[in-house]
Amino acid sequence: MPPEAVTGHWGSEGARRQAAYLGMWVFIATEVLLFAGLFTAYGVYRSVYPEVFRAAQLTMNVGLGTLNTFLLVTSSVLVALAVHAVREDRPGLGGVLLLAAALLGVVFLGVKGVEYAQHVKDGGLPGAAYRFGEVPRVGASLFFTLYFLLTGLHAVHVTVGVGVLTVLGVRSAGGAFGAESATPVELGGMYWHLVDVIWLFVYPILYLS
Amino acid sequence: MSPPAAESYLTDGRTLWSWLTTHDHKRIGLMFLGLTLSFFFLGGVFALALRIELLTPGRTIMGHLAYNRMFTLHGVTMVWLFMIPAIPSAFGNFLVPLMIGARDVAFPRLNLASVYLYVLGASVTLWGMFEGGADTGWTFYTPYSTTTGTAVLPVLLGVFIIGFSTILTGLNFIATVHTLRAPGLTWMKLPLFVWAIYGTSIIQVLATPVLGMVLVLVALERVVDAGIFDPARGGDPLLFQHLFWFYSHPAVYIMVLPSMGVISEAVSAFSRKNAFSYRMVVYSTLGIAFVGFFTWGHHMFASGQSTFGSGAFGAMSMLVAIFTAIKIFSWMGTLYRGSIAMEAPLFYTLGFMFFLFFGGMIGVAYATTSLNLHWHDTYSVVAHFHFIMVGATVMAFLAALHYWFPKMSGRCFPGRLANGAAVLIIFGFIATFVPQFLLGNMGMPRRYADYPPHFQSLHVASTAGASLLAFGFVCIAGYLAWSLRYGAVAGNNPWGSEGFEWKSASPPPTHNFPVTPEFPTGPHEYAREEVPHAA
Repeated sequence: MPPEAVTGHWGSEGARRQAAYLGMWVFIATEVLLFAGLFTAYGVYRSVYPEVFRAAQLTMNVGLGTLNTFLLVTSSVLVALAVHAVREDRPGLGGVLLLAAALLGVVFLGVKGVEYAQHVKDGGLPGAAYRFGEVPRVGASLFFTLYFLLTGLHAVHVTVGVGVLTVLGVRSAGGAFGAESATPVELGGMYWHLVDVIWLFVYPILYLS
Repeated sequence: MSPPAAESYLTDGRTLWSWLTTHDHKRIGLMFLGLTLSFFFLGGVFALALRIELLTPGRTIMGHLAYNRMFTLHGVTMVWLFMIPAIPSAFGNFLVPLMIGARDVAFPRLNLASVYLYVLGASVTLWGMFEGGADTGWTFYTPYSTTTGTAVLPVLLGVFIIGFSTILTGLNFIATVHTLRAPGLTWMKLPLFVWAIYGTSIIQVLATPVLGMVLVLVALERVVDAGIFDPARGGDPLLFQHLFWFYSHPAVYIMVLPSMGVISEAVSAFSRKNAFSYRMVVYSTLGIAFVGFFTWGHHMFASGQSTFGSGAFGAMSMLVAIFTAIKIFSWMGTLYRGSIAMEAPLFYTLGFMFFLFFGGMIGVAYATTSLNLHWHDTYSVVAHFHFIMVGATVMAFLAALHYWFPKMSGRCFPGRLANGAAVLIIFGFIATFVPQFLLGNMGMPRRYADYPPHFQSLHVASTAGASLLAFGFVCIAGYLAWSLRYGAVAGNNPWGSEGFEWKSASPPPTHNFPVTPEFPTGPHEYAREEVPHAA
């Protein structure tokens, strides 16, 4: 048998790219299931306490929630444009767009912080610390517990995403990526879209009634 | 392309540092093997302590709280630190790339990270044990787990971290099997062990995040009194059970599916025949992985859920038995008129088939609501899940350990001694757990440190069986450790197996194959002279 190079499949860029994509999709599936536990809990308790949950929803700051939705969707568009730019071999533009998206992520977290401060002031903390007078019935603290868990877990993901986008943005601006090596930007983009999509479920169930 | 520097992965770098920073899937597999074996030992010591306590009614060696902590630690150690990672993380890591002709897994660095996550999670759990340990049982049922004063938090946190290790391993295998198969190795030519690991990975990836979330919720309940599972605050303890069993019932298949893969390989190799009905085995693997997600409610027949719910979950649970029966039938068909070599792995295989069949048929009985209510929370249940999770999984683990020992170490072990130990282990299991079926049927509840005197004779029988088991494990540890140094040199393929993993050297070189291998035939294809099946 003629000896052939070991690079046959393992070394090839195509196989590695395919593996990276698949790995990211599987990871996204696990992330969705992580949130699925909380969405399930929300669904269960919303069906048990429909009035209390509706009353609690009315106290939410819809304006800030909507602003955040707008920020996140815009940043997602910027990331999509960045991926396109890198694929077109314009890593400098891609880097700028990625950093802009990361900046919007930071603003998102700031707005979230303002909201959290308001909840703390009102006494809408989770669990035993719950003191919110407007929705005093049994079950109301559950809404706020789930609110903090869902938005908190989402904020953790935003924070990670901001870090990822910043690193990718700086490296892209430095010319590390291009038409031939766009995979890291694409994977980072997928992650940011996931964060965006999760918010698009979190926002209506918590803020809109 | 330079030729491989070392003759095997074992000699490629001998320092501790070269092991701790390795990206080689074989070394990572061996590290997992060492770690899981250590925890198997620890969990076994806990089990023996429990059996000694139950030797006589009343206090034997420990008080009630110590007993509760002991069975919790036994369960946590055995389930999360041994049975779930043992076959996928240890043997899967070692064998899957070899079996598909790849040089490594898809994400070698992630693979190393999963070892460190396992070590971190295990350390946190151990720290909880030294803090006194939890007394909730490995299931952490609320509201007890949210109110008890014992060290539940570190144990929860440890299990949470180990969950990430499991997810990363599963993710890695899925990507590896999809993208790194050797040219020409189609899906329907994959070895059955690879299929089993693939199916397991799907369950790991889909179920484990839900476990992670529910553990976070329990932790939150303990820390800030969140009320999610607390009826006084409007929560519902049953939600915990739904979310927990959504993971933990599929987790049983995380333990058993890889075992079935091992058995498929061993049956083929030691009857020297092609796997009977290969396609049906593949489909049943995926079937179990799928149906496993719709059975969790059978843990909650006694919780007051609707009769319709119980019936539906019961029927779904019974479906698992059909897929399992397909596999058992395939193994029987493979053994039938095979050229059988009674080596240690085949002893364990036969033990596995007995435990799986016996424990599984009783499982079908448990899936029937009326019978379930009679046996609910008795020793019968303990005996049932030990038959499946311990009997079957440990049999397959030992079969794998013996079958692939020459592959991993390049040495053979003393065959007759191994066969003797296998017989000892199988009879030890039967002697340990058959009395427990009888105890449960008589009404002995599980998790109790004390019992009325008329149960004593069966408890003594069970403890005697456990001692036999312990002796068997000591024998195995002894001769395997001896063989590592003094065993006969194995050669590349001591069993004469047609499994793809034997096509590389034993022990394999660092990058597995000097050239990209080709697999013109299907897996386990033995040149057969004998009469084909009458079918």
